[in-house]
Amino acid sequence: MKTDPLGVLTGEHYLDGDYACGEGAMAAGCRFVAGYPITPSTEVVERISQRFPMIGGTFIQMEDELASMAAIVGASWTGVKSMTVTSGPGFSLMMENIGLAAMMETPCVVVNVQRGGPSTGLPTMVGQADMMQARWGSHGDYEIIALCPESPQEAFDLMTDAFNLAEEYRTPVLFMMDECVGHMTEKVVIPDPDKIDIVPRKLTRAKPEEYKPYLVNGNMIPEFARAGDGYKFHTTGLTHDEKGYPVMSEECQAVLVKRLVDKIRLNADEIAKYKEDGVDGADVVLVTYGITARVARMGIDLARKKGVKVGVIRLQIVWPFPEKRIRELAGKIKAFVVPEINYGQIVLEVERCAAGKVPAILVSHMGGGVHNPEDIRDAILEAAK
Amino acid sequence: MSKVIERTIDATEHPISPYIRMDRMPHIWCPTCGIGTVVKCYATALDESGIDINKVSIVSGIGCTGRTAGYMNLDGFHTTHGRAVPFATGLKLGRPELLVTVFSGDGDLVGIGGNHFIHAARRNIDLLVILINNFIYGMTGGQNAPTTPITAKTSTMPFGNFERPFNIPHLAASCGASYVARYTSLHVRRMTKAFKEALSRKGFRFIEIVTPCSTLYARLNKLGTGLNLINYYEKSSEIRNGVDTRDIDISFQDKIICGKFIDEERPTFLDMMHDHYKRTLGDRYVPMSNEGGMIRE
Amino acid sequence: MKFWRKPLDLDQVEIPRGEVHIIADRCKGCEFCVEYCPKDVLEMSTEFNAKGYHSPIVVKPNECVNCGLCEMICPEFAIFCIQLENRRLVDQEIESFEPETTPRMVAL
Repeated sequence: MKTDPLGVLTGEHYLDGDYACGEGAMAAGCRFVAGYPITPSTEVVERISQRFPMIGGTFIQMEDELASMAAIVGASWTGVKSMTVTSGPGFSLMMENIGLAAMMETPCVVVNVQRGGPSTGLPTMVGQADMMQARWGSHGDYEIIALCPESPQEAFDLMTDAFNLAEEYRTPVLFMMDECVGHMTEKVVIPDPDKIDIVPRKLTRAKPEEYKPYLVNGNMIPEFARAGDGYKFHTTGLTHDEKGYPVMSEECQAVLVKRLVDKIRLNADEIAKYKEDGVDGADVVLVTYGITARVARMGIDLARKKGVKVGVIRLQIVWPFPEKRIRELAGKIKAFVVPEINYGQIVLEVERCAAGKVPAILVSHMGGGVHNPEDIRDAILEAAK
Repeated sequence: MSKVIERTIDATEHPISPYIRMDRMPHIWCPTCGIGTVVKCYATALDESGIDINKVSIVSGIGCTGRTAGYMNLDGFHTTHGRAVPFATGLKLGRPELLVTVFSGDGDLVGIGGNHFIHAARRNIDLLVILINNFIYGMTGGQNAPTTPITAKTSTMPFGNFERPFNIPHLAASCGASYVARYTSLHVRRMTKAFKEALSRKGFRFIEIVTPCSTLYARLNKLGTGLNLINYYEKSSEIRNGVDTRDIDISFQDKIICGKFIDEERPTFLDMMHDHYKRTLGDRYVPMSNEGGMIRE
Repeated sequence: MKFWRKPLDLDQVEIPRGEVHIIADRCKGCEFCVEYCPKDVLEMSTEFNAKGYHSPIVVKPNECVNCGLCEMICPEFAIFCIQLENRRLVDQEIESFEPETTPRMVAL
């Protein structure tokens, strides 16, 4: 369906990534946000709190990130598209209820504007070191969807994908920005509302007395009932059967957890979103995401001037990882190069998919700044040898 | 001795049946645990209030009391430890027409969830919060709680508790709760009346029910059975409506002051928000509808 | 009825009546109902129920005044009362009526 025009600020704007992200959420139909201030993400909720009263949304500044995350999970059960926004330390606090959202299969979006870590780290400076936390942060087995914009424009555009994927797969979706993208101001074009397709909450049509909240028919995604519609359903963070009732057994655990993982793992190809440039016939392929993708462009240009055939895969959706594509390429190229603002996270995933056929070379930046393009060029040249 | 009634009865004839998930009975609560009594009184209050139960949601956290959401035949959310109140806050703000009740134990509500509790009371979020206080962590095996009276023994204070416990009605009152009451699980009529009254009020309504935990609290403190604890409530509880909440601390096996302490209407979070935006934004303000902010096809 | 003196209009008093039903297999034997029934209608059974607990049994069915206390206090939802028609005391009961000097006052 087309989005609610009330939330769409159509036109050309000059916005930073945080504001663009907030606009993206509102354009995608988000009408409930709970948040707690944390640098460098706060501008997202500032933008939203400025505009929400005029578009029928409710924003509440909660007492902490634990509460913010719990509140958006609660709100989502009324059918409203909900979101929270944070950065590293707050992201850590949210993990408990991200797990709850995954277990209860609650659509919602969590924005993490990444800064340098661990702990308080570099509050005002860039990092990309929460990528594995996004994948594995909450305890237990589950799969997650995580997106990475490289610009304010993409922070706007990918927000629609984030909310739509959350609805489609009934899962929390993580929006992994970084401080650079968040605080970078650029032109952002917001389209007409009739150009924005959104996935509405898929409400069950079953009769209340026949409805089972976690019954699945083939596609692994159960039908949703919202609170207050007379379904009198139960949902829990405990391992549960299709009625939503707790069942403490190996069998129930196996059925439930396998489905939670498989609904994303087996749809990885469908979910995957990346941009390729010059990959066919390349000797070296860069795998990159977020702000680093833009810095890497110069490194690639410099390497191409030296005659190296280098391609790039820019991940717009990092989780689930485009495993199939990386495996394919591993048989055809000499090496992968992975620049990232951490001490090696996505490179491990590339290495796993390359399965020893070709090396995956990390170009690390420890955070607080972005790569020097020459370092990326040098890594490409080295890899091409 | 008169003859026992010999009619075969169907368990579904029990008047609580429409409010309980009968397919989940028996519940997991220990013999003499008071939670079941509180659930029965809450169901009776709902029944007598004539509320549309399709619009009633129940949220609970973790622990013995956390299981309540799973046993009541309402939209029920069994959430994470301590987070029932913020979860319920989202639920209420997401669809303001819902009537949201939080069932929470003492460790859940004011131990791990203490910060959420005081802020929800401060904001006067429209929630009915029912605290089931048994002075101990039951589900995990009898550890010290923020409500354990001084000298009472727990599995992590084997030589007796030396930490000062919370006086929770006072905490709620001082944070601005609009309705505050305390009873024991023996006070079935007063408790039911308080639930009914609180269901008809708005804002952050807090009712503490002191309940027996014979499996851990009574055993670790050599207080006998749950029946002995109930007898202690009978002897030591005192109804003092309107008393200053500063004076209602509970000491070990000492007096339990019960009653309704606060009943004041105050504008809720949503009232304040609507009024404020109407005043400051005028016609530009588009409030989320009472039915919620869901965008339909 | 428990009174500290014999009421003058005892023959006019309408006494509510109830029928107590016990779902014995749900009971976990807490004894709350037996302890607090104001008319001592119940006693603990010597039999075991399916879960291995002693459940209550109705021993004075005619005494029940349908106050519903047993139903309210039972943590297991194992007991409930059904209202019957009110009755009046028969002459014999009025004659033999003895006021209680120290009734147990429980404010529930």
